[in-house]
Amino acid sequence: MAKELIRLSNCCMSFDDNVVLDNINLYINDQEFLTLLGPSGCGKTTTLRIIGGFQTPTSGEVLFDGEKINDVPPHKRAVNTVFQRYALFPHLNVYENIAFGLRLPKTDPETKKKVKLSEAEIKARVTEMLTAVNLTGFEKRSVTSLSGGQQQRVAIARALVNRPKVLLLDEPLGALDLRLRKDMQNELKRIQKAMGITFIYVTHDQEEALAMSDTVVVMDGGKIQQIGTPEDIYNEPKNAFVADFIGESNIIDGYMRGDGVVEIFNRRFACLDKGFAVNEPVDVVIRPEDVDIVPEAEGQLTGTVTSVTFKGVHYDIIVDFYGFKWLIQTTDLSPVGSRIGIKIDPDGIHVMKKSHYSGMFGDYSSYSEEYEEISDANYDPTEEDEGDSNEET
Amino acid sequence: MKKRNRLPLFAVPYVGWMALFVVAPILMVVLYAFTDAQAGFLFSPDGFTLENFARMGSYAPVFLRSFQLAIVATLVCVLIGYPVAYFMAREGEQFQKMAMVIIMLPMWMNFLLRTYSWIAILDRNGFINQFCRAIGLFDLINGIFGTNLEYFQMLGTPGAVVLGMVYNYLPFMILPIYSVILKLDHSLLEAARDLGANSVSVFRRVIFPLSLPGILSGVTMVFVPSVSTFAISQMMGGGTQMMLGDLIELQFLGGAYNPYLGSAIALVMMVIVVICMYVMNRFGEGEEEAVML
Repeated sequence: MAKELIRLSNCCMSFDDNVVLDNINLYINDQEFLTLLGPSGCGKTTTLRIIGGFQTPTSGEVLFDGEKINDVPPHKRAVNTVFQRYALFPHLNVYENIAFGLRLPKTDPETKKKVKLSEAEIKARVTEMLTAVNLTGFEKRSVTSLSGGQQQRVAIARALVNRPKVLLLDEPLGALDLRLRKDMQNELKRIQKAMGITFIYVTHDQEEALAMSDTVVVMDGGKIQQIGTPEDIYNEPKNAFVADFIGESNIIDGYMRGDGVVEIFNRRFACLDKGFAVNEPVDVVIRPEDVDIVPEAEGQLTGTVTSVTFKGVHYDIIVDFYGFKWLIQTTDLSPVGSRIGIKIDPDGIHVMKKSHYSGMFGDYSSYSEEYEEISDANYDPTEEDEGDSNEET
Repeated sequence: MKKRNRLPLFAVPYVGWMALFVVAPILMVVLYAFTDAQAGFLFSPDGFTLENFARMGSYAPVFLRSFQLAIVATLVCVLIGYPVAYFMAREGEQFQKMAMVIIMLPMWMNFLLRTYSWIAILDRNGFINQFCRAIGLFDLINGIFGTNLEYFQMLGTPGAVVLGMVYNYLPFMILPIYSVILKLDHSLLEAARDLGANSVSVFRRVIFPLSLPGILSGVTMVFVPSVSTFAISQMMGGGTQMMLGDLIELQFLGGAYNPYLGSAIALVMMVIVVICMYVMNRFGEGEEEAVML
């Protein structure tokens, strides 16, 4: 059974009048890979910094192994951080960067005496870490001569060599290109499993969060919107914000007409959701990949295709249903202007309670307008940036 | 192609200026240093000589004093300047602006005037001695030790010369250190703390090593003018603390008129200074922005 390691209870944080965190309650289990996910300014980095000890919450408690650690400074916490821009020491080489934490005298918890590691022990541990992050042979290299991915791995080694109970990672892959990112995602997951360390990971990239995490915490506006496994978050979003932020979603106003029956556009659909009041107004989420395109006559709903974008594996098509535009992903091409029908299985429909996010997301009207503008024969792209248009000649 | 030609064109005035007023004078100093005083021209018969250098031996004490005082003044500047720069850089923006004005304020005043005012303070009838007299300090000392002290002799001591140099050149130490510390990436300090460093370790292992380039450039900017100063040593030293600058001045403008010897002294001093700077920069190698003169 997983053991609880860190708990934030009723944590609030504000700078002057600006509320950054609003009553955060969260626990993190030992050896868990937990991701704080949200747009910039949602409070995810502040939450991480509170756990790291760089910021003290305005109110609320931070517990580590059951002990309150609000006022424990960072250098006395069993937590290490991988910083957003790595923050490697430019005056030290790779070896000395990794050895930095080991060279500092530590207080023995029992004898209360300062202990220093022997040079041989430091060497053994640094070498072990270099092997773990595939940087053997880089000991003497200057950190400024390394590529982004290599710097990243030095930063991870520098943190992990101290054998922390928890590793905090603040958007560690943000500065890497896509290919390297995918590799590092696997690498990080592998290291986390191999070393059995709790990872708390901050990112705004939902794909990254889904791919790596055991638990995802979706945040917005200083509040936790939803906590759950990646599957829960994707399949059962709690509100329109989560539905929109994680993947693509069509979010439509609807009414529950009883358990398992929801009505949108005055048509009833079978769904799996229960427990709502009869005739309760709700937000209905339909993922673009859960919609089946059928001939117009067989459709539960019928609409007009207004734009088609080829995406490789599938087409993104925008379909106008009674003035509301949906995004549908399909492998069959339906040309612009054609009339189509759609069918949605009960498990493709997810019903959410109304929240203050209702009506803000999930409509692809603006998305399709962009495409319409570009596909319009009269649209002249040079109109907007006339000044630069002669550059090539 | 166009771009490649543009830069040298812009550089012409500067390169011309440097050639005319820096390179040419240095060449002339070198020529003069090897020229016989009687012949007066290097390429005339018997014009070449090493005698100017041979004669320099008698000025060894002046060389020694110059480098000693300049080294002491530079050290004092580091010891005062570093803490000032460090705390300035960590304060708020408003404080930094104020501190900058206070540091720069004396620089707006004429150099000679600044130094003269120190004479007024340190003189035997100057501010300090008058103050000590007024509070009866001399009577007290004389009463205890049975001496006959009437004033503190401050002018004309090596200490006064060092004081004059520190006072005049301290800003050149503070500013480069300040700007390096100000630019320090704050996340490096957080990383150090995160890895278990307390504030002493953070300073010793991160802040100080990373501010070395600032110290090096401050040392250069204080040491070079200190070692060749002449006005300060004349005014504060009261004629007893002759330094290299005074010696050189004497050969060109003073009674001992001998520009050939003066050039030789200047050349040797320049070579020693360049060697000092080179050694120091090697010492600080690996740090970025190493400074050469």
